[in-house]
Amino acid sequence: MSTLLIIKTVLILIVFGITLGIAMYSTYLERKVAAFLQDRVGPDRAGPWGILQPLADGGKMFFKEDFIPQKSEKWLFILGPGIAMFVACMTSAVIPWGGNLTLFGETFKLQVANVDIGILYILGFLSIGVYGIMIGGWASNNKYSLYGAVRASSQMISYELAMGLSILAVIMTSGSLSLGDIVESQHGGQWNVFYQPLAFLLFIVCAFAECNRAPFDLAECETELIGGYHTEYSSMKLGFYLFAEYINMFISSAIISVLFFGGYNFPFMDDLGLSENAITLIGVMVFFAKITFFIFFFMWVRWTLPRFRYDQLMHLGWKTLIPLAILNLMGTGAWLIFKDQF
Amino acid sequence: MKSLTNRSKAVSNKKMSFLERIYLPAIIGGLFITLKHLFKRRATVKWPDEERPRSDVYRGRHVLKRDENGAERCTACGLCAVACPAEAITMTSMERKKGEEGLYREEKYASVYEINMLRCIFCGLCEEACPKEAIFLTKELVPTNYERENFIYGKDKLVEPVSKRVDVSKRQTLEVVSKKYNDR
Amino acid sequence: MLSYLFYILGGLTIFTALRMILASNPVHSVLYLIATFFLISGQYLLMNAQFLFIVNLIVYAGAIMVLFLFVLMLLNLNKETEPQKSIKSKFTMVISAGILMITLLAAFIQNQHDPASLPLTDIGLVKNLGRVLFTNYVVPFEISSILFLAAMVGAVLVGKQKNEEMEEINE
Repeated sequence: MSTLLIIKTVLILIVFGITLGIAMYSTYLERKVAAFLQDRVGPDRAGPWGILQPLADGGKMFFKEDFIPQKSEKWLFILGPGIAMFVACMTSAVIPWGGNLTLFGETFKLQVANVDIGILYILGFLSIGVYGIMIGGWASNNKYSLYGAVRASSQMISYELAMGLSILAVIMTSGSLSLGDIVESQHGGQWNVFYQPLAFLLFIVCAFAECNRAPFDLAECETELIGGYHTEYSSMKLGFYLFAEYINMFISSAIISVLFFGGYNFPFMDDLGLSENAITLIGVMVFFAKITFFIFFFMWVRWTLPRFRYDQLMHLGWKTLIPLAILNLMGTGAWLIFKDQF
Repeated sequence: MKSLTNRSKAVSNKKMSFLERIYLPAIIGGLFITLKHLFKRRATVKWPDEERPRSDVYRGRHVLKRDENGAERCTACGLCAVACPAEAITMTSMERKKGEEGLYREEKYASVYEINMLRCIFCGLCEEACPKEAIFLTKELVPTNYERENFIYGKDKLVEPVSKRVDVSKRQTLEVVSKKYNDR
Repeated sequence: MLSYLFYILGGLTIFTALRMILASNPVHSVLYLIATFFLISGQYLLMNAQFLFIVNLIVYAGAIMVLFLFVLMLLNLNKETEPQKSIKSKFTMVISAGILMITLLAAFIQNQHDPASLPLTDIGLVKNLGRVLFTNYVVPFEISSILFLAAMVGAVLVGKQKNEEMEEINE
């Protein structure tokens, strides 16, 4: 029991470190991808190819003046970015990073907690994440911040519905709410994306909206709202908001890979004839490759598509995605019954 | 109205087909357009690490030429200042004293000659107006500075040093000179 | 260990609930209510009712309270604009709430259970809960879903009526 506890603690720390590290380098990657897609070079002054740029940015963030507006709700103003960051970090707990690993005669799964309700846990914490934005936006006592907060919250509520419905179809095919079981059910190339392409499409659109990423970044669009909910923020509080956004992107990419692309499974993993530990380690790398691809995809889309208008956003959410998700759900149910009957 | 290019497109309000209405083909097409740019050559020139090659007749900062003996060619006639559309050039003339023949070519010379590089538009009209072939633009760039005053270039910066003559043979070709004198 | 957690959570719940009632700023009030929901979810978790825990978070804390907060932020309520209730309605509220409290107290006193040491069961896990809901309680479950559907249709209808009225005005 105690070894398990130690292993889990180490795993939590590693996951935490990796999450923060990837979020940090996502900022670098974002700027590089943006630059490359626009035929530019991007940051290349700090270290070779600008590798040290995130450290420079972080240092800059720390040394900026930490300003709290006089007419703001001081405690809530501080609480906002804290909630955003906390919630973003919490979601990584249920993601299965890899298969079984045997170390010191103890076999354990590379997952912090394989709870029964893994997918619901993620949905729950995603829906709580909006409080960070809302509280921060309201406490700033600035009309632009408030607009940003209101936009973010209404957008999140709208897209959470379609997201939940599209996930339901996946849950029906794999028959479990636990992310570990969902990954196991996709073993051997049985990736959900082949069985649930529509659900995948709906989910990825909703993921963009939930992360407040372009083309759904109305909550922080510079041209209309200055900075949206973080207009009044500076220093590391602003850094927390931006960081939370990148962590959310990382987690979303991980969830997309887990739900639709087989997580740490890769083709021909049983035919290689390697030991279980080696397979697990390759699986972890494959999983991170998938995640990196989706992070890149997030950025690729951001620098390709223009922003939605607000009414278009709501129309897409309520009148297109939700009916499609319900249709997909009913179709999946019908197919499952049909499969059982014959 | 006839369009100047063939690239203009007439706006139509026709009903979109199903494929157009779901937008996905358009979105994927757009994604591939940006992806293509990922593999394109970068347009950035990393100045000052690398320099973009400039032509020999590039219009950069000015130089006041000396003649073969090292005497200043400028006679402070003021034609460059008149020609200057940005009114960037000012000068004060002086009479040459005895014993200064080695310094100044003509009997009159400019004791003060200033070009405000913030006003200058680098059009090259001063070069064209000069009857004594004294002022030329060069390939050099005007470096940045923190103070406005430092952009007012006096004779100390403009007159070419005797030891380091500026080569203007590329811009002072026979065609240029003959055209200049025919126009006059 | 678990009973300590129960008392800590319970105390915090009562504290936040009181702050929710006593807060003068409506937004603070809602935020305390959200905290209360979180703590109640914690109680569910202590009872090993995972599904209820997460659904409480998603539905109440995640969706309904976001809507509440949303509306309150836009309303911009403050002390001056708060409507004053008449003495009569205040009395009715106090009396009805008092009666409710007496009933609850009586029920709890009769039902002598130590609240901190409820037996741990597996009924709260997703599989077991689903099985129970779809076998023993299938009729009430379906009826409640019809109730939800009716509420949804009603909401759509209300929205639509407004729209038509607006169109008539516009015409």
